[in-house]
Amino acid sequence: MRVNEATAKVETAVRAALNNPPGDGTPIYLDYQATTPTDPRVIEAMLPHFNARFGNPHSRNHAYGWRAEDAVEAARAQVASLIKANPKEIIFTSGATESNNLAIKGVAHFYKDKKDHIVTCVTEHKCVLDACRHLEQEGFRVTYLPVRTDGLIDLEKLKESITDKTVLVSIMAVNNEIGVIQPVREIGRICRERGVFFHTDCAQAFGKIPLDVEDMNIDLVSISGHKIYGPMGIGALYVRRRPRVRLVPLFNGGGQERGMRSGTLPLPLCVGLGAASAIAEKEMGAETERLKGLRDRLYNRLKQRLSEIYLNGDLEHRIPGNLNISFAYVEGEGLMMGLKDLAVSSGSACTSASLEPSYVLRALGVEEELAHTSLRLGLGRFTTDAEVDYAADRIAAEVERLRIMSPLWEMAQEGIDIKSIKWAEH
Amino acid sequence: MAYSEKVIDHYENPRNVGAFDKNDASVGTGLVGAPACGDVMKLQIKVSPEGIIEDAKFKTFGCGSAIASSSLVTEWVKGKSLDEAFTLKNTQVAEHLSLPPVKIHCSVLAEDAIKAAINDYKAKRSKDREAAE
Repeated sequence: MRVNEATAKVETAVRAALNNPPGDGTPIYLDYQATTPTDPRVIEAMLPHFNARFGNPHSRNHAYGWRAEDAVEAARAQVASLIKANPKEIIFTSGATESNNLAIKGVAHFYKDKKDHIVTCVTEHKCVLDACRHLEQEGFRVTYLPVRTDGLIDLEKLKESITDKTVLVSIMAVNNEIGVIQPVREIGRICRERGVFFHTDCAQAFGKIPLDVEDMNIDLVSISGHKIYGPMGIGALYVRRRPRVRLVPLFNGGGQERGMRSGTLPLPLCVGLGAASAIAEKEMGAETERLKGLRDRLYNRLKQRLSEIYLNGDLEHRIPGNLNISFAYVEGEGLMMGLKDLAVSSGSACTSASLEPSYVLRALGVEEELAHTSLRLGLGRFTTDAEVDYAADRIAAEVERLRIMSPLWEMAQEGIDIKSIKWAEH
Repeated sequence: MAYSEKVIDHYENPRNVGAFDKNDASVGTGLVGAPACGDVMKLQIKVSPEGIIEDAKFKTFGCGSAIASSSLVTEWVKGKSLDEAFTLKNTQVAEHLSLPPVKIHCSVLAEDAIKAAINDYKAKRSKDREAAE
């Protein structure tokens, strides 16, 4: 009974927190690619496993262990179902960063005597790029494929990059900054034809777009819990069994998760990831349509109000919950400061010591001055029409205010090409 | 990142936003920074025949700290002689606005901007004098 009461309380609190009327002082959350609030239904599924139904899923000798194992296995099946995999092929991890490290380093290390080349892409998440850099230091060779201006890789370049020494191709399904969807099925076909393993970081894709590891010839899939309204601190890696993909584990221990990931499974978190996966599987179709409507509403309203705004990345091959827009002549961090009632993120990196704007936008060929003016607007399950309208109006008003203060806007209005000016680098 | 109250005040209520005619002989214009680096400041001064800065205006493309730094400098230089204004140091700006280390470059840019505006005014004046002679 106490657990049910707690569940009800949490549900009320979450729903209240997520249904703030716009402008009441709590920022409207438009950063769903950074993280998502845990769905109340997920919390409800998790709660009993903290106490009433606790247990170590690896305990073989009593009901607590068996019960916990049953719950973990049910969750594993829910995760597997969303990518049409066998539950035995799902390894629980701490999140997508660990999954990406395990997939890339694990495969590279296992097959290192025969093959030493990896192919990835310049717009991958930092953890993929950093894992690859680490392997380069160990002597592996890595090809970083460029992207076209729409943010997608060129399949011909991928084909050209694969050699008989290539062990793995790692290309993300959906980009975290610009939301573009890579041609996963085509990449899978190329990799299978060439006998190369295909890993895809699906932190932003899992639960958002249909994925089928058989149909798409995917060998390894990285999954994150907190990007799909599940808890933080849990993720998964799909590892194909037939034909078998083998990995050297990242750390040593009790040999859990088929020896690939030692450590006691976090029962409530596993259950949470499973519940979040099941909800995503059931609601993906309707949610995609709803988010498309919201996305178009936001984008159209901004375009009506403002001139010279530019969408970064392809609109068509894109998850509906992401807009990444450059608001020319207005610096992104300055813009965010004026949007305290909106929780958004910027491609400008004014805070970093390097002063470098987003490497993803630069890889698309977005000029540095435009990269500095970008905002990422992430929409999700709890975003409403009213929030989107409010956000569009606030952004438009703030951009207009800052453009009046912008020397670059002034020059543009006077017909001066800012590229014709010899700027001092600092 | 948390901004200081003074930065927020200048960002929300910037002083002296605007522009003078840069071809006016009594106006000096400084344009510093680069769009590719995410900061551009345009600072203008209007100078009396006696060499006193009567008015100042700015426009800035940049983060809140950059906007605040330029807004503050326009306030400070008003009523000062060119020589006094030239001694303005970025450290004074950074201290007044409590800028964190990653934002010190904003105050450096503001110092560069006022110096560039003064130099521009002086260059214009000497050209005018040459033309008169």
